[in-house]
Amino acid sequence: MNFAKKLIAILALVPGLALASEGGHPLDRAPDRSTNMAALQNGAKLFVNYCLNCHAAVSMRYNRLKDLGLTEDQIKANLLFAGDKVGDLMTTTLAAKDAKVWFGVVPPDLSVIARAKAGPGGSGADYLYTYLRTFYKDDTRPTGWNNLVLPNVAMPHVLWDLQGVNVAKIAEEKDPHDASKSVHKFVGFEQVQKGAMTKLEFDTAVADLVGYMEWMAEPAAQTRKQLGVWVLLFLTAFALLAWRLNASYWKEVK
Amino acid sequence: MAAFKETKLPADAPAAQKALGWVDDRFPLSKLWNDQWGKYYAPKNFNFWYIFGSLAMLVLVLQIVTGIFLTMHYKPDANLAFNSVEYIMREVPWGWLVRYMHSTGASAFFIIVYLHMTRGLLYGSYRKPRELIWLFGFAIFLCLMAEAFFGYLLPWGQMSYWGAQVIVNLFGAIPLIGPDLSLWIRGDYVVSDATLNRFFAFHVIAIPLVLLGLVAAHLIALHEVGSSNPDGIEVKENLGPDGHPVDSIPSHPYYTVHDLFGVSIFLLIFSAVVFFAPEMGGYFLEYNNFLPGDSLKTPLHIAPTWYFTPFYSVLRATTADFMYVLMVAVAAYVAFIWLKSRLSFKVKAAIAIGALIAIVGMLPSVLDAKFWGVVFFGGSVVILAFLPWLDHSPVKSIRYRPDWHKYVYAVFGLSFLTLGYLGTQAPTDAKTIVSQVCTLLYFSFFLLMPWWSAMGKFKQVPDRVTFHPH
Repeated sequence: MNFAKKLIAILALVPGLALASEGGHPLDRAPDRSTNMAALQNGAKLFVNYCLNCHAAVSMRYNRLKDLGLTEDQIKANLLFAGDKVGDLMTTTLAAKDAKVWFGVVPPDLSVIARAKAGPGGSGADYLYTYLRTFYKDDTRPTGWNNLVLPNVAMPHVLWDLQGVNVAKIAEEKDPHDASKSVHKFVGFEQVQKGAMTKLEFDTAVADLVGYMEWMAEPAAQTRKQLGVWVLLFLTAFALLAWRLNASYWKEVK
Repeated sequence: MAAFKETKLPADAPAAQKALGWVDDRFPLSKLWNDQWGKYYAPKNFNFWYIFGSLAMLVLVLQIVTGIFLTMHYKPDANLAFNSVEYIMREVPWGWLVRYMHSTGASAFFIIVYLHMTRGLLYGSYRKPRELIWLFGFAIFLCLMAEAFFGYLLPWGQMSYWGAQVIVNLFGAIPLIGPDLSLWIRGDYVVSDATLNRFFAFHVIAIPLVLLGLVAAHLIALHEVGSSNPDGIEVKENLGPDGHPVDSIPSHPYYTVHDLFGVSIFLLIFSAVVFFAPEMGGYFLEYNNFLPGDSLKTPLHIAPTWYFTPFYSVLRATTADFMYVLMVAVAAYVAFIWLKSRLSFKVKAAIAIGALIAIVGMLPSVLDAKFWGVVFFGGSVVILAFLPWLDHSPVKSIRYRPDWHKYVYAVFGLSFLTLGYLGTQAPTDAKTIVSQVCTLLYFSFFLLMPWWSAMGKFKQVPDRVTFHPH
């Protein structure tokens, strides 16, 4: 009886426990850029200029950017590093060995990072959108930067000249589970140095960049959805025919 | 054996008929078609549950065909595998479609097979004389699990890598030979290029060959004894003047068009997933698997793909504390057999001795909980094979069983689903206790079946099948 009571009590807790296990900084929703070609092109430009120096995207060919409405000449003129060909893959010149010395890790390949970072807290785009906007100055870190989404990340804030420099206001709060301990709670950012962009401009730019990374993670995604509509229409018609064909045969079965 | 005799057809017979006659004299083509499908008489009262056999066949063909095209572009090399999958997704014309069909097909295969097995359970399809059909089917299920496990390593993502690491390490729990055995399976001290190559060989040739043979055996056995039906009546006991069961109809054209309709509905659902949700919220394609496998970075939470999670939960439920509960459960079960079963004294004594050895083995100082976890993990799968001999119900179909049997099935079904859900989640104390309760319920369903399945007031089984003309 006692065991049964305990069990019921535990079962009643299950949904709450499932929610409680969710931790970390809550993710902002990334604005949808999937059909906005101008935004995706801007994202591609930001990606090539800011990310590709250290990260690679080895599954991505430059000329696939034609899918975003760019011509080969535009790609060559604006997005290629000297010496690269338009049919080349988005590799990086940073040697893995050097990266290991400078950052402690080899920067991960970004080809499918927008798919890898999805989770219960939000989509991969949400993760990247929040991550790229929550860097703050932290002099205890080797790079001088820290991040809310990925604490103690090895990556410095590469977009700082656009966003400016933020410091995080952290409050000490009593741990609700253990009164003898205190927890750090993030209260908000304070800008200590202005960047080239306003907050709104910066959010838009990061949304474009993340939109591009999401596109790059699955360039066939739009084709897939467009084709899917036709496939489902065809199958609906086929199912209707099959349904009537079946009925006409089974009519005679008594 | 009669002497060879050429079939004589009139000179003006159609060329196709002549060609078929020529072949039929040399190979039983028409006979095979008629025996296996064309004139195979099936009960006419099949319902929704009877579509999944055909669908499983369809998905098998889909997996083989898409698999062939994937093999043309995939590189079974630890340094190239991950990027070769992305190469298929981007550079190979229609590669993304073929890959999504294959990855969605894997999950679809398990959904279909689980529903197919549920059908067998509900209507007692495994009962005499269909025990061998069930056993072949069980072997197909084992092959399917092996096929899925080997195949899951190939994309070489983090989940692929660590999932394989965890499962291969399970063999390490076997006393004495365990560590060497898992080393032998991997071909290396960690999952590596050697492991990938051998898993590739198993996935693309070894297992599919066995699978195809078993599917043939499953179908030959089925068409030999004939299909059961939702009423659990042997239609062959009631033959018409033409020598065919009166409650049966030829599969062609009736079940051909019936299955065609089922296929069209299945393809609608399947395509909706392939085109609009190929990741299926991280269940069909896990998010972590978009990171390349890294032997130095263990993910925080390693879970197998959803179709293995019910059994995986049984493994995780077997904690050191739970061993004492299991020891009591084994002892109680033996006592129950002694009191209630009509087995001979010798068999009862053998069971008691076996159980005693098992209980001693469960002591923490003898064999650790990890070993027993593997035993119960395997046992939770293997116990399915014994269903034909565990079920002692006088009727086959759930339709004519006592109403409370439906609750027993419902509790079993819920336990199985709960185990499946918990297997996808990171363990907590509360979740572990729930999974332990479900594990006990899961095994009780089978181990107590010889008694509960024969209890209660059974309904009168009709002589003829229940059929409402369309």
